[in-house]
Amino acid sequence: MSTTGAPTTPAAAMHEAAPARPVWHVALVRPETMTLVLLIVAIIVASYLSPYFLDIGYILRSFTLSAEFALVALVLTMVIIAGEIDLSPASNMALSACLFAWAQASGIPMPIAIAIGLLAGLAMGALNAFMVIALQLPSIIVTIGTLTLYRGLAQIIAGDKSIRVPDWFIGIDKVMVLGIPVPVVIFIVAALVLGLILAGTIFGRQIYQIGTNEVAARYAGIRTRRIKLTLFLLIGLVSAVAGMMTASRLGSVRYDLGLGGELQMVLMAMLGGTYIFGGRGTILGTFLAAWLLVVVSTGMTVANLLPAIQLTVLGVLLIVAIIATNFIYSRTQR
Amino acid sequence: MSDSDVPLISARGISKSFAGVSVLRDVDLDLNKGEIHALLGENGAGKSTFAKILAGVHRPTRGTLSLNGQSVEIPNPLAAQRLGITLIHQEPISFPDLSVAENLVLGRGEDGWFNRVPWAEMTREARRQMDQLGVAIDVTRPMRGLSIADQQMVEIGRALASDSRLIIMDEPTAPLTPREVETLFGIARRLRDEGRTIIFISHRLEEVRALCDRVTIFRDGNKISTDPIDSLNDADIIRLMIGRPLKEYMHKHNASIGEVALEVEGLTLPGRFQDISFKVRRGEIVGLGGLVGAGRTEVACAIFGIQPAERGVVRVNGAPVDIRQPHDAIAHGLAFVPEDRAVSGIFRTLSVEQNITAAVPGKIAPRGFIRRAIEKLLAADSVKKLRIRLASVRQPIGELSGGNQQKAILARWLLADPNILILDEPTRGIDIGVKAEFYDIIGELAEQGRAILLISSELPELLALCDRILVMAEGRLTAEIPRAEATQEKVMQAAVPRIQQQAAA
Repeated sequence: MSTTGAPTTPAAAMHEAAPARPVWHVALVRPETMTLVLLIVAIIVASYLSPYFLDIGYILRSFTLSAEFALVALVLTMVIIAGEIDLSPASNMALSACLFAWAQASGIPMPIAIAIGLLAGLAMGALNAFMVIALQLPSIIVTIGTLTLYRGLAQIIAGDKSIRVPDWFIGIDKVMVLGIPVPVVIFIVAALVLGLILAGTIFGRQIYQIGTNEVAARYAGIRTRRIKLTLFLLIGLVSAVAGMMTASRLGSVRYDLGLGGELQMVLMAMLGGTYIFGGRGTILGTFLAAWLLVVVSTGMTVANLLPAIQLTVLGVLLIVAIIATNFIYSRTQR
Repeated sequence: MSDSDVPLISARGISKSFAGVSVLRDVDLDLNKGEIHALLGENGAGKSTFAKILAGVHRPTRGTLSLNGQSVEIPNPLAAQRLGITLIHQEPISFPDLSVAENLVLGRGEDGWFNRVPWAEMTREARRQMDQLGVAIDVTRPMRGLSIADQQMVEIGRALASDSRLIIMDEPTAPLTPREVETLFGIARRLRDEGRTIIFISHRLEEVRALCDRVTIFRDGNKISTDPIDSLNDADIIRLMIGRPLKEYMHKHNASIGEVALEVEGLTLPGRFQDISFKVRRGEIVGLGGLVGAGRTEVACAIFGIQPAERGVVRVNGAPVDIRQPHDAIAHGLAFVPEDRAVSGIFRTLSVEQNITAAVPGKIAPRGFIRRAIEKLLAADSVKKLRIRLASVRQPIGELSGGNQQKAILARWLLADPNILILDEPTRGIDIGVKAEFYDIIGELAEQGRAILLISSELPELLALCDRILVMAEGRLTAEIPRAEATQEKVMQAAVPRIQQQAAA
């Protein structure tokens, strides 16, 4: 029998932490930088294509067409950072707008009709939250389901007809504040507020922590379910607001309001460097990406590109954005 | 030299380290043909790592293996299988919706992607194999719903189907009933008599004695001895398993022990733990020992509200509390450093300071908005106090070494200033030097009047640090040993259920 005295020190030397990245590296090597560079390039290219692009008013007017989606994309960014996703907002916009339009058309006073629309948005968010949080179903499946469900309900309510809204309610995009269309103002203010919340508050901080490691977040006493519920309710409510903004811009409501908008929203978040697996992303990124998307699509329209080609370009853009974001994160993660 | 004299497997100088922490050092071992060879050791002693190296799950950092005298490389499990080496998992990994027959031929990897599946032939062969093993399992039924014992038989059948010469069983008997164990042993003996080699890993000495020919004992990543089982008695074996010298970190703290801070009464979560009752006083370090899987972590998770118990009472400072989620536990002054740092501790890609301040949002954001200056101050203070080695508090915590990550998690909880601190394997996987620092810190925390519950699988750690040691086995408390009476043997006897029964008989 051989009994050796066990050596106590492992052969491996103590290894210290890796050196920190230099400040310029942290500041510049991030997906938002890519978005900003792409935005500048797009503006330069677009202004070669058409002198209109040197007119800020033209860009602002173009932006009103996407402002509602861009507004929802800001909240969607927070949902994705928390490790979930919501694909139902565009359908939510349609259903809450239809309910609102149907209510006021059947003689209910406007303030109550608006409240109905907003409550409907909240309720749709709550249904998503219930299935994701209480039933523990994956949010991508749940919201693909409600994407279809909400759109279907909108069609039941509105049928094939357009529901008119009162004349005074029409034309939010024509109202200017300091020379900026109101939908753009709403978007900018929302970006500032949400940006501050995400970057500067405990609520925002915990969104990142949940998205990075939900188990660890729970162990650290973070109330993960409460935060996710808040996010789903918020995106439901904001979708309803966006739905009514769209109704005002178009002057009437149909069941196909905002059809396909969820893809644009996801595109904005991804182009802005939000990491699809959660834990990373910023409001600034999505803010820049919304402008980038507007400049690119308007630029292509001005250049008389066929819609099919425009779609292809957007698809390529999305894929490039995802690859670049992943690449940057994998380089900075180690 | 006749063929049968050459060992089936010769391992020479096998070493393995994970992320710089060495778990296996210079192991030499010969496995003969036609023997059942037991690997014994405490949790983390290296026996499973060694078995996994043979099975191609891990690659050794250094060292060579030879099979029948010829040097071989085993880069992956498929290669191991081709060489005739099969690992039987404790909870068999199978495809529950495929039939037994399909599971039997899995992983042979000889067929092209588009070859026709020879169903009839497959079923016939599967039936023949099961008959050979002498077990009655319908090979056309799906794996789902088979008992664990039957699933193991299918795995053994799979090993035979690929004509394995070495079959490794890693704690196969833990989930089995005594009768199923007998069947398994019968088959193992028959396989040995056919000239195959079996490695048997178990904590149950009685089983090792009943089945095995030779036994190799591991401790702290070293092979300690290899002997015929008959030449050792149980006391010898336990001494060899735990007999490392009590190291220099033997230092008793001298905290004054006060009121009962945490009291647990009749805590039960069916299937996990039964009727757990104990008290921890202020200034006291209470150890919770036992084998992996004894239910210790589950008790801690229940107290902290991660998975609450179904029955029983938890009292904090004498008053019953209702803890449904960790948030409640923190409000009652509890803190919990979990066992698996990567899964339930760190936010890998977030900064060290964010990781440190995660449990005390109220401190860094007095009015809802985070005050960077306060956060930085708190983090820097923790880094200094716990001597966390890092380049910057802003760097992602994933860039730190394991020990420093663990210190950061401890720092997180110290910021919460808990009265009751539960530490689950706080020193697992960290370097020896950092371990000693941890022991100092734990002693200091007790001196400050905190109540500490220390879960550890390392006996010297429990003996050196704790005022009392509780031991769990198979979901129950089996012993409570005061410091003065605590020995490694006593703890080990309470932790291993079979030995306890023997001692009682």
